[in-house]
Parts: sequence; C-alpha cells; structure tokens
Amino acid sequence: MSGRDYGQKAGSPYAPHTDAETAAMLEAVGADDEGDLFDIPDAVAFDGEFGIPARSEREIRAELRETLADNDDLTEFLGRGHYSHYVPSVVDHLADRAEFLTSYTQYQPEIAQGFLQALFEYQSMLVELTGLGIANCSMYDAATALGEAATLADRVRSTSGDVVLVPEQLREGKRSVLANYCDGADLAVETYPMADGNVDLDALRERAGEDVVMVYAENPTVRGCIEEQLADVGAVADEADALFVLGSDAVALSVLEEPATVGADVVVGEAGALGLPAAYGMGLGLFACREEFLRQVPGRLVGASEDATDRRAYTLTLQTREQHIRKERATSNICTNQAWVALRAAMHAAHLGPSGLVELANDCVREATDLAERIDDLSGYGAPVHDRHHLREFAVRTDQPAAAVADEVEAAGFAVHTIGDHLLQVCVTDLNADAADELVAALEAAA
Amino acid sequence: MIYDQASYTREEEAQHEPLLSEKDETTVDVREESPLPEELTRDEVTLPELSEPEIARHYTRLSQMNWAIDAGAYPLGSCTMKYNPKFTEDVAANPDGAVHPDRSSRSVQGTLEVLYGLQEYLAEIGGMDAVTLQPPAGAAGEFTGIRVAKAYHEANGEGNRSEVIVPASAHGTNFATAALAGYDVVELPSDEDGRVDLDALEAAVSEDTAALMLTNPNTVGLFERDITEIAEIVHGAGGLLYYDGANLNALLGRGRPGDMGFDVMHYNVHKTFATPHGGGGPGAGPVGVVDELAEFLPTPRVRETESGSGYERFEPERTIGKVQGFEGNWLVLIKAYAYIARLGDEGLADAAAKAVLNANYLGERLDLEIPYGPYHHEFAATSGDRDAADVAKRMLDYGVHPPTTKWPEMVHNAMLTEPTEIENKSSLDDLATAFNRAFADDDETLENAPNRTTAARIDQTSAARNPRLSWQALDGE
Repeated sequence: MSGRDYGQKAGSPYAPHTDAETAAMLEAVGADDEGDLFDIPDAVAFDGEFGIPARSEREIRAELRETLADNDDLTEFLGRGHYSHYVPSVVDHLADRAEFLTSYTQYQPEIAQGFLQALFEYQSMLVELTGLGIANCSMYDAATALGEAATLADRVRSTSGDVVLVPEQLREGKRSVLANYCDGADLAVETYPMADGNVDLDALRERAGEDVVMVYAENPTVRGCIEEQLADVGAVADEADALFVLGSDAVALSVLEEPATVGADVVVGEAGALGLPAAYGMGLGLFACREEFLRQVPGRLVGASEDATDRRAYTLTLQTREQHIRKERATSNICTNQAWVALRAAMHAAHLGPSGLVELANDCVREATDLAERIDDLSGYGAPVHDRHHLREFAVRTDQPAAAVADEVEAAGFAVHTIGDHLLQVCVTDLNADAADELVAALEAAA
Repeated sequence: MIYDQASYTREEEAQHEPLLSEKDETTVDVREESPLPEELTRDEVTLPELSEPEIARHYTRLSQMNWAIDAGAYPLGSCTMKYNPKFTEDVAANPDGAVHPDRSSRSVQGTLEVLYGLQEYLAEIGGMDAVTLQPPAGAAGEFTGIRVAKAYHEANGEGNRSEVIVPASAHGTNFATAALAGYDVVELPSDEDGRVDLDALEAAVSEDTAALMLTNPNTVGLFERDITEIAEIVHGAGGLLYYDGANLNALLGRGRPGDMGFDVMHYNVHKTFATPHGGGGPGAGPVGVVDELAEFLPTPRVRETESGSGYERFEPERTIGKVQGFEGNWLVLIKAYAYIARLGDEGLADAAAKAVLNANYLGERLDLEIPYGPYHHEFAATSGDRDAADVAKRMLDYGVHPPTTKWPEMVHNAMLTEPTEIENKSSLDDLATAFNRAFADDDETLENAPNRTTAARIDQTSAARNPRLSWQALDGE
C-alpha cells in the first residue's frame, strides 16, 4: 500500500511550520537550529531511535482495521459491571462536535459555559436518580468511585474503625481497586456473606460494629439480583455509625428503590450504561452523596452562579477540595476525569426521556426473567440460580463443567461468563435479546 | 460572533440557555409499568423529555458556548493541549473494537495486539522495560506508580519507608497521590535557579524515603541538569525515582526518563499523544517501569504467547492488583497508538522540537518578564504587580485562551504558558499581542474583564458560598 501523504511535510504533520517560518522564528530567538534550545546534558541525552516507522493515515486505518478484524465476531451476553445499550446516532454526532471533544477542563468558565451547563445537567440527572443532594461530574469508573467512597467514609466517620465491609459476591477487580485505595488510608476490606444472592442480613448485623466505617452493597448485585432488604442494610450501617454505600448503574436506578429512601449515604457505580457502547471496560464513575459531605466530595463539581451582569452562569466550584489547590490535603488526587462520557450519558438520558429510560430498565428485567426461564427448561441447566428478581443478568447452574460449556458456546458464536466450576452468568439487553433463541440452542447443544 | 437569539428576544433575566429540565420535564409513575413487585421499585422518576430535534439544538447551542482547541490556541502550561488528529476518531469508532473486557483472550486477539503494540511503543519512548495501560488518567498513573513503589519496598522488607519527596513546584496531583497512597509528603524547595536544590535534597532523603516524584523539564520549563546526581542521591538512600510524564512532550526523541535514572513513570496520553481531552476527560495514564518493578504492575498485562502466534493476558507475579475495574480506557489508548504510528520517530522528535521553538519564540515576543530559563516547552512569565488572573480574564476579550495563572507559586503572579507545537508563527504573534495588550490595560479594565465572552466575569465566591449543584437546587430562584 502506498504510504505517500500528498502535500505533507517532513516531521510532525501537526506542526504547521514552513521552513521559512522556522527560520524566522529561530532567528528571533537567536538559535541556529532547534537543538540549540534544548538544555539536556550529553550524559542523559537520547540519540538513538525508537524504531517506530511513520505511516500515513490510510495505512494506519487499514492496519488497525485488519488487526481488529482478528477479534472474533461473537454475540456477547456479558455484563458483570460493564453494560451497554443501544446508543442513538445523535449522541455520537453531538458529542463528537469539536467544541466538546477538543475542549479542556473549564478553568476559564466565561468561555466554557456550554460544557459546564452540560455537566451541571448530568449532575442534576444523577441527583434525581439517586435522591441524594450532590452528584459530582464523574469519576473514572465504578471501581474507582467505590475506592473514593471508602476514603470519604474514612474522613467523615467519627468512629475509630478501619473496616470496610463488602459483599462476598463482588467483582474481583472491583474489590482489588477498592483494596488499593483502602491501603493508603489504613483501611481493611472484609467480606460479609450473602444468602441466595442477596445480603445475608443476619450475618451482616452480627459483623457490623464500631470497627466498621463503611458498608457496601449493590443493587442489582454483580449477579444481577435485585436486593430485597436494602432499607434494613441501611439501618444496620446506620446503627454501626458506618457509611452506607450503594452500588448501582444509571439504567437500574430509574426503576429500583431510590437510594435516598433506603438510607444510602453515597451511591457509586456505572453511569456509562448510558451513552457508551461496549468499550473494553472504559466506564463512567457515578458518584453521588448526601449534602452534608459537600466539603469532602472527591472530584469536580459544577455549580450555578451569576456573572457580572447578573445572568445565570456556571463554574467549577468548591475547588479548595481539589489537588491543584489543597495538594496533600485534597479529598482525592483525581484531576482528569470522564467528563466527555458524562456528556454522552446525559445526552442519551435526555433522548430516552424518563419514559424511555424506565421502559429500557423494565425490559432489562423482563428479558432476564424470560431468558432464565428458557434456559431453566433445558436439561443440564438451572436458572436463575438465585430465587430473586433479576435485572439484565443472572447466574446459571450447569451439570457439565461451566468452562467447557462456555468454550463450546463460544465456538458457536456466543460469549457468556464463567463464574464458578458449574456456574455461568448470562446478561441480556436490548442489544442481544434478538439472539436469545440462538444462545438457547447453543446452550442446549453444549449440555 | 455567534448569533444568539436569546440575547435579543428573551426577557433580561432569562438570557441564558434554559436547562433541559426547564425546556420540558416529565414524571413517570414507575410502579404502573414495572414487572417488579412494588416494594422493589421507586415511586416515580422525573427527568427531561425532549425530542431529538430539540436535543440537537440544545447541545449544538451549548457547543457554541465553548472554547476548544479546534477554535484556537489553549496555551495552558503543563496541560499541553494540542490538536487531536481527526482520523484517530475513526479508528476508535471501529465496531470490531467495541468488545466486552470479559471476553476470552483468544477471542479478542485484535484488541490485545493493539494494546501490546502500544505497550511496546511507550516502553521505547520512555526508555522503560515494562508498561501497564490500565490507569485511566495521569493522576491514576501516579497512584499506580507509587503503589508499585510501595509494593517493591515492602517486598524488600523496607515497608517502613514512609515519605515521598515532592518539589514545591510540582503538580498538585503529586502531593495528593502520595497522600492517597498513605505517604507523608516532604516538600522540597527549589534553588535560586529554579531547579532542585541538591543540598536540600541531600538533607531530605533518609531511610524513610520511598520515592522522589519529579517532572523534567520541570514546571517552569527548565531541564533538571543535575538529574544524574539527583538519581544518585535518591537511589543512594534506597528510594525510587518517579517521573511525572506531564512534560514528556518536550523530551520526545531527545531524552528518555529511563536513561536519566528514573525507575517508574506515567505517560499522559492527551498531553503527549494528542488524544482529545473531552472537556475534562477521559484520559489514560499508562505506567512504565524498569525490570525490577515489572512484577508489581497491575493485572492483567498483555504479552506475546510463547509460540509467538498470538497475544495473551497475564498476571504479573507480585501484582498490586487493579487500579481500574477492567483494563483501562480503551477508546483513548487506541487513539494514542494511532497518533504515535502517524508520527513515527521523526515526527515525535519534530513535535518536541517545534514545541520548544514555539515556547521560546512566544516568550521572546512578550513584554512580561520570564524569571527562569533556559526554558523548553513552557515558561512562567510574571505579570509583576498586575493580578495574573485579571490579566488572563482580559486576554479572553482579545479572543485567546489565557495561560495557567498563579502557578507554580515560585513565580509571583505566574502565567505559565505552553503553546505546544501546533501553533504557527502568526498564531503565536496573535497570542503575544493579546498578552501584551492585556498586560498594558489599566486596572479598571482588567477588573471588569471579560466582556466580550458568553458570560461576563463569574462570581466564584457566590458559587462556593451558596452551592447550587443541580437544577433541583435552583428551583425557586
């Protein structure tokens, strides 16, 4: 393939200097060439080569097209924390407007009103969905938001405790991220048991005590189960003077019990269930909390204010919490976040409207119920494993070793999770429900 | 100027773009439609309900009230805002890459090959031996690097090292990262030339030192000429040397952190490799380390299979675990790969050369004093007794985005300026004119600026004293 770039100059194609300009600028600064401007001692200067050949746009596009074509074309029935739903084209087209995509953090709010308003609207939508007073304008993903919640708990709780309680059924990666955040605050992550896919309330009650600073539960759980005793979990946390942190996602929140009404102090989770296609685990960390934690919130907050002509205007606010002002006493080290993904989520939510969002979430319940029933009818399978209501996903018991079943199903063109020796997990949404027949057939063949 | 109907036809108090919720809002009774039992659902949900044309107009209008690199220069020092090549959006949008992270390695060979390729490129560019792509932003990269350093010390029976040394002029994230990782921060003063004070460093290191975090060139654009001595002092005390990659754009092809004695570093892909910043993120903060630290990196990493016929994920032997829930910000990483491939050796070196030339040319054109030099890709000018934030607001009226202000603190009323390589001479001339005019304007003009922007000067005090962080909080106003 031709590597020729018509009309392109040598060096970086994105440095616009003509030779004449370069010469004039060098003369203005009194240098013979650009090398004169570098003050790097010879002993540490690099005069080797990276060995990276420059390629044309056309070549790179072809190369990456060919490389990514090596990904098998599977229909994914995968969830466990990374969810996608159909994202309407309008979201791509509007979010890709260069005024959004190529802008920076809004340090000069007078010329960044558009993005600030969009983030303010995103925060407001999460305030509605969680019922809590404050939502920040994003963390990296659900796992890091959970880590930030733990350090928040450590800062705001008066108890001398150092234990963060998490459910035994939790994504291992999430637990690991949490442990990394906890280590620096000398917090220990401990597990409480579950009973048939929900919090084992008695066991939790027994474990909760004054050494506990935070109780974490998920709704739906990592296995898609809807929690039936959330208010009781909240009460247990409250009695222990521990923060009740609830994990969820932006779609589920539109129908499940409102976190504020069950006593949640903080809601974390995945807001990228809206606005983001499957992105190999890239996410949008949702973080909302009660108003009393205002000065302890991690991450950026957009607030409304007035400009000098008394018009409504928006700005990043309460920045004295943040690293660039407060340094080692900041509430977090986060700087760059996922603002553009938050913009996309807000656009998607606006496009769905509350009726569309609720319909989508209801379908996530119906599809999961239907598919579990159909799999349960197959010989060699039991589903759902837990006698609970489910949203999007559920666990499946297999007579055959689960890994072997998953392999066989993959060979037939479908991806499912293996979560135990004889346990699979299946996630069904608007994107793959129309392939449910074929998945059921593939499972039947693999039984 | 953008045609703004609102300014002409709306009542004076409503001359802002209405919020989505003010345009149209609906309440849905959740229980009515739900297949779930009543006790498991919320009562209702109230959100904006707009048609697609209304949404298109809403966000188009918002976009028109926003500065962007495609609109003009963004000379924010240490932020390195450069042009984002459009074709990288196309490669990221390839649906073949839209896969779930829990797919088996054998079914995502294409994705793993891209990630492996990027690991290799970054290792080469930084002079490092091993790279993780998992950290989702620069600050997350710092946290990863310091966690790795901590795991290394603990593995060597030196887990009692409790201090991280950070130069006073360092990015705020360095201090916050060290604290988040559980370290005490020891602040290191600069010498009178603006670089690390070797005597102060000698005095600061001890058996408690876990690491020194350093940016090079530093935050006033100076290369730390004594980097070899700095490395000797830190290593001599048993500490590790951490490289903050914020200013790597200045070094491309002319210096590698690994060759300077750094043990661990992060890369800021939007700063150095032109991925779009998206109004605050997403970014990506890959971390590179020397061999001795590779076994502590987050899991999983990607390697070639033993047979060399493909790629696989693997868990480093003594991994710190995970720093992001999955495997990082894929949509950002693939753009960084494409950018590096587009530039290659020669283009990367040229980017650094032109970034340094641009900063020096712009600095030469300014009427403001620049106390420290020779600087590279950025410089800290001082507005002297003029308030730097006011000068910056006035620059908005001259049609440019101002530099970073009042930081670093070692320069009084600092205006930290970094034009990057993407500006041409006439763009830099315009920038210099805006700087010089704003600097020459009288105090009253500065204090009343800006007045040619979407919003006039915004009241920060009111925003913080009376926090209104949602449209719910605005109700009744």
